[in-house]
Amino acid sequence: MTDEMVRADNVHKSFGSLEVLKGIDLVVKQGEVSCVLGPSGSGKSTFLRCINHLEKINAGRIFVDGDLIGYRERGGKLHELKEREVAAQRRAIGMVFQRFNLFPHMTVLQNVMEAPCRVKRESKSEVRDRAVALLDRVGLGEKKDSYPAQLSGGQQQRVAIARALAMRPKLMLFDEPTSALDPELVGEVLDVMKDLARDGMTMIVVTHEIGFAREVGDSLIFMDGGVVVEQGPPREVIGNPQQERTKAFLSKVL
Amino acid sequence: MTTETQSGRARPEAIKAVPVRHPGRWVAIAVLAVLAAMFLHLVLTNDRFNWRFIFVTMGEGKRGAMFTGPVLEGLRGTLLLTVVAMLIGVGLGIVLAIMRLSTNPVLSGVAFVYTWVFRAVPRLVLAILFGNLGILWERIGLGLPFDRQIGNLFGIHDLNAQFYSIKATDLLSGFLAGALALGLSEAAYMAEIVRAGIQSVDEGQSEAAAALGLARGQVLRRIVLPQAMRVIVPPTGNETIAMVKDTSLVAFVPVSFELFFQLQAISSRTFIVLPVLIAACLWYLIICSVLMVVQFFVERHFSRGYGTAGKARMRLSGLSAEQGGGAVPTSGPGGAGA
Ligand SMILES: Nc1ncnc2c1ncn2[C@@H]1O[C@H](COP(=O)(O)OP(=O)(O)OP(=O)(O)O)[C@@H](O)[C@H]1O
Ligand SMILES: [Mg+2]
Repeated sequence: MTDEMVRADNVHKSFGSLEVLKGIDLVVKQGEVSCVLGPSGSGKSTFLRCINHLEKINAGRIFVDGDLIGYRERGGKLHELKEREVAAQRRAIGMVFQRFNLFPHMTVLQNVMEAPCRVKRESKSEVRDRAVALLDRVGLGEKKDSYPAQLSGGQQQRVAIARALAMRPKLMLFDEPTSALDPELVGEVLDVMKDLARDGMTMIVVTHEIGFAREVGDSLIFMDGGVVVEQGPPREVIGNPQQERTKAFLSKVL
Repeated sequence: MTTETQSGRARPEAIKAVPVRHPGRWVAIAVLAVLAAMFLHLVLTNDRFNWRFIFVTMGEGKRGAMFTGPVLEGLRGTLLLTVVAMLIGVGLGIVLAIMRLSTNPVLSGVAFVYTWVFRAVPRLVLAILFGNLGILWERIGLGLPFDRQIGNLFGIHDLNAQFYSIKATDLLSGFLAGALALGLSEAAYMAEIVRAGIQSVDEGQSEAAAALGLARGQVLRRIVLPQAMRVIVPPTGNETIAMVKDTSLVAFVPVSFELFFQLQAISSRTFIVLPVLIAACLWYLIICSVLMVVQFFVERHFSRGYGTAGKARMRLSGLSAEQGGGAVPTSGPGGAGA
């Protein structure tokens, strides 16, 4: 039970009358890299955003490291968590966005230090040392005093990864981290992610990089129309898809 | 392939073209120069302007109209009123903007009604109204609300549960009434400015901050508002400068601790009108110049990290000014991280 980092049970999510997630079940074990694949509008981003409660789910349960996300179950009833408690849950979950979303008014170093300084109330010099080490790790130690606008897309995304790691998350969520990048910059971001995976970080990665999924992924989930159509080891799903919809999608992206 | 052929060739001669002539521009400059000369001549030779009266002395042993004691006191009042009214305006404006953007319909409704009412009523009317609020209530106090009514309910007449109260006319006469009238009216405008600023910040920013585990207040204070400031500061500079001038309205509260009132007092005493008006213009010009300098530095502070975009915009405005307006749409970086 304890080696389950993420558990989604029958997750449903609607926007108004539009049902985007129609019963997602998923288990990601500690240290696993799970890649999510699927056509546009299939609900991949929405599902990721439900995991850290940026979206409220309408039915089902999501657990991260055994904690029910967004609610407390007491006496058979669900109680919404307070804002402070939701924030505390999010600290254990890092998220990297397609459009980087770095804070443009802060330097690279300030971007990485902001959350640990505000949230964890650690000593500033400690946070600073860790931030510098993280920036070195993603290969951007020299850029720490630059502003995001002065960096290339690939560099910005690596800063975004360092920023998420600064909170020492147990789980990292990536939402198409390389889709906004020029082709020659994709590799540098994927390299950082591979490095993370090697270090045993649990990751859920929404991506269209089949090569990455095949090389790094422990499991691959194919979503379409708000349901998980097929899942299994990446090589099997990619090499020998069982479902028609998976075959159709893969024939388009491969 | 192409690079090879290019590097093989000699570099062509640098372009030395004859620049486009702008004869119209020279005519315009000549006309303006003549007009400026005429204006200076008029100002310096017509002694009705009475520069001596403005700058040097109003009469035996007195300073010039711009620098007499009461006028300087009035200047202090005007500056103080501007500062207090803008503090009320900006502070309350931020609160109203946040209320307006809240998902709570009561909060956003209240903010809407506030903005609606205070933008509708002219400041002059508001100033007079606040000066006369003493008519409505004799005393204003702090304590249990509806204490009389509750007392009556339980058969106690004259229940008084006020900790502190003050005669309304004392509180609202003069300066405070003026500052409140201006500040509360300003808040309605500032609320709209701040709201526009907050809405101009990409939603991904607060999302990323929330995902990092920052609380809502921290997201607002550390991430959203600092970025919104780029949009908020320029119109706030406008508002502040307008406020400097609007302080002259408090003469109707009435408040005499104010620049224009004091200058007018001189002209009604001495029957010298024009120089006094010019003295007023000069003072307002000086204050606004100082404020513009302040605004420059504030804007520079809040455009940290937007270096390239800011410079591109300046280049663009220089360009369009040269071409006589007609801004060129460019696909400049709309915001970093986008
Ligand atoms: N905030 C929202 N309000 C209303 N509808 C939404 C909202 N967010 C997403 N949707 C809808 O939900 C559906 C799934 O969106 P989602 O972003 O999860 O898809 P996706 O699989 O990530 O697609 P893509 O590959 O294009 O990113 C889409 O039809 C989208 O229009
Ligand atoms: Mg998406």
